Amino acid sequence: MNSRYSYGGDEHIFVECDEEMSLEAFFKSLSITKAVKEAQIKGVTEICPANASFQIKFDPDAIKAEDLLAELKSIEAQTGAGVAHLATRIIEIPVLYNDPWTHETLMRFRDRHQAPESTDIEYTAKINHLDGVDGFVKAHSGAPWFVSMVGFVAGLPFLYQMVERQRQIQSPKYLRPRTDTPKLTVGHGGCFGCIYSVRGAGGYQMFGITPMPIYDPNQQIKYLRDFMCLFNPGDIVKWRPIERTEYDSIVADVEAGKYAPNMAKVDFSLNAFHADIDAANAKLMGALHGH
Amino acid sequence: MAIKVVKPGLSTTVQDLGRPGYYHIGIPISGGMDRFALRAANLLVGNPEGAAVLEASFLGPQLEFTADATVAVTGAELSPKVDGVERPTWTSFPVKKGQALSFAFLKGGARAYIAVSGGVDVPLVLGSRSTYTLGALGGFKGRKLEAGDELRLGEGAGASGRIVPPALRRGPAAPAVLRMMPGLYWHRITEAAGQHFFADTWKVAPEADRIGYRFRGGRPLEFVPREPPFGAGSDPSNIVDACYPYGSVQVPSGAEPIVLHRDAVSGGGYFMIGTVISADLDLIGQLQPHAPASFACVTMEQALAARHERQKQLAEIRALF
Repeated sequence: MNSRYSYGGDEHIFVECDEEMSLEAFFKSLSITKAVKEAQIKGVTEICPANASFQIKFDPDAIKAEDLLAELKSIEAQTGAGVAHLATRIIEIPVLYNDPWTHETLMRFRDRHQAPESTDIEYTAKINHLDGVDGFVKAHSGAPWFVSMVGFVAGLPFLYQMVERQRQIQSPKYLRPRTDTPKLTVGHGGCFGCIYSVRGAGGYQMFGITPMPIYDPNQQIKYLRDFMCLFNPGDIVKWRPIERTEYDSIVADVEAGKYAPNMAKVDFSLNAFHADIDAANAKLMGALHGH
Repeated sequence: MAIKVVKPGLSTTVQDLGRPGYYHIGIPISGGMDRFALRAANLLVGNPEGAAVLEASFLGPQLEFTADATVAVTGAELSPKVDGVERPTWTSFPVKKGQALSFAFLKGGARAYIAVSGGVDVPLVLGSRSTYTLGALGGFKGRKLEAGDELRLGEGAGASGRIVPPALRRGPAAPAVLRMMPGLYWHRITEAAGQHFFADTWKVAPEADRIGYRFRGGRPLEFVPREPPFGAGSDPSNIVDACYPYGSVQVPSGAEPIVLHRDAVSGGGYFMIGTVISADLDLIGQLQPHAPASFACVTMEQALAARHERQKQLAEIRALF
């Protein structure tokens, strides 16, 4: 896995760890950006890890681009293939699959979809050879997902499913992007899942909605008072299918300031994961239930 | 209260020099699209350069002052009027308590910067007063101004009668030439496509806002064939979702280039062919829809020389006051 370096104008260095997505590429991006942060290089103003790449923004009046480039390459050489251990947290996200709001929205944009005669879930289930909506929900919520990038808009997590490549759900983006997506839609494009943090345009398939806000610019929601965005790269997400009654009660609890997300501290080891994916995932998910 | 919004204009927001440090979680820098004009407006009224101002796009607002203040308008040629009497742009002038500030029709450029002595006093959010409307963050209630809004001003004596001489003002040239450093995923397009990208004349599309400017009218870009990498998507313009530099030029499906600006989406799955240099981002903020533009290929050395040229121009304005 050889990184590719490129200048993004006079203020950015863009580094592609790998052309294709993999946990290895993600861990490489995460560990190099962590090392860059710790190095506290003068003139570096933004450090942005992404799925299989990262970007550094700098002030060219404070550091020469070529000096920063050399420093990044040296950090990459020291970091090697990347740290394979991560002390992180797992966060459970309740999801109302096939909800009325994304359904209403997807019906409005059927002319932009690959399969106008079916819903986004039905279409994705079919092309992934899953047994209908139920089979899809089982596959989607059965294993945890890594937050491999946060961005596009404020606080939006990109999620990478923690299963073998042949079991990963894949689905194309809409043929033409929608001009509307409900806030907190659980979406999917390529191999990536996401949660739309704000209402707006979008091209990902829409599977459901979570009642749990993940971005609060006013910092009124209890668990977002410390910081307005919930997610950081490296967090792990577990979807939990819920019914409408529970959806409504969580919405009410959030409004009343009573809702606390279910989350737990976990240690992730890339080697243990590759040795036995299902066992490693069972252990991660068990942490949500006090195991 | 010191300013009442009678009419908000088309899209008027509170902006300063932005909110760096949060791009890694999708919160863009925001701030004035044309920072040179924003800084000049503040210098004219005697404010610190990075004080919060109003950025008005295409159509000026109508404001009523409930306290005496000094005002300057820079950037677009959008002439201010005090109680109906026109005042020059790039010049500071007094507005008395009870007077109305309105604007003539736009004669050139796209965004005017309205600086008021003391600066617009909205709460600091993550270190900045800039408005990021997509995230409903910062500025005045996280949104563009509406009729009936009341803005507070900071403390500041003001300095009337200051002028930025015409030689030191900046506006868009026609056609605009946007200098770009090729890079990022430039290798995805053919050599011929790379040549005609720079040779063609483009036009600003109606989809041009603080997030990004779309251009159309040039020939579509041809791709070098490839097997799609896992996770990228099947379109030849798709990449594994990555971070987008400010000023980066993405070309979805090879058709219409989009240059990301101050409220950039921080990342996504479209390849980018390069980045417009920092010195020319201000210029983009002054382009109107349908304005002709072309892209010019430059090196890092040329980009830095242009950057220093801009800094020198600003230093000359600072030296005046």
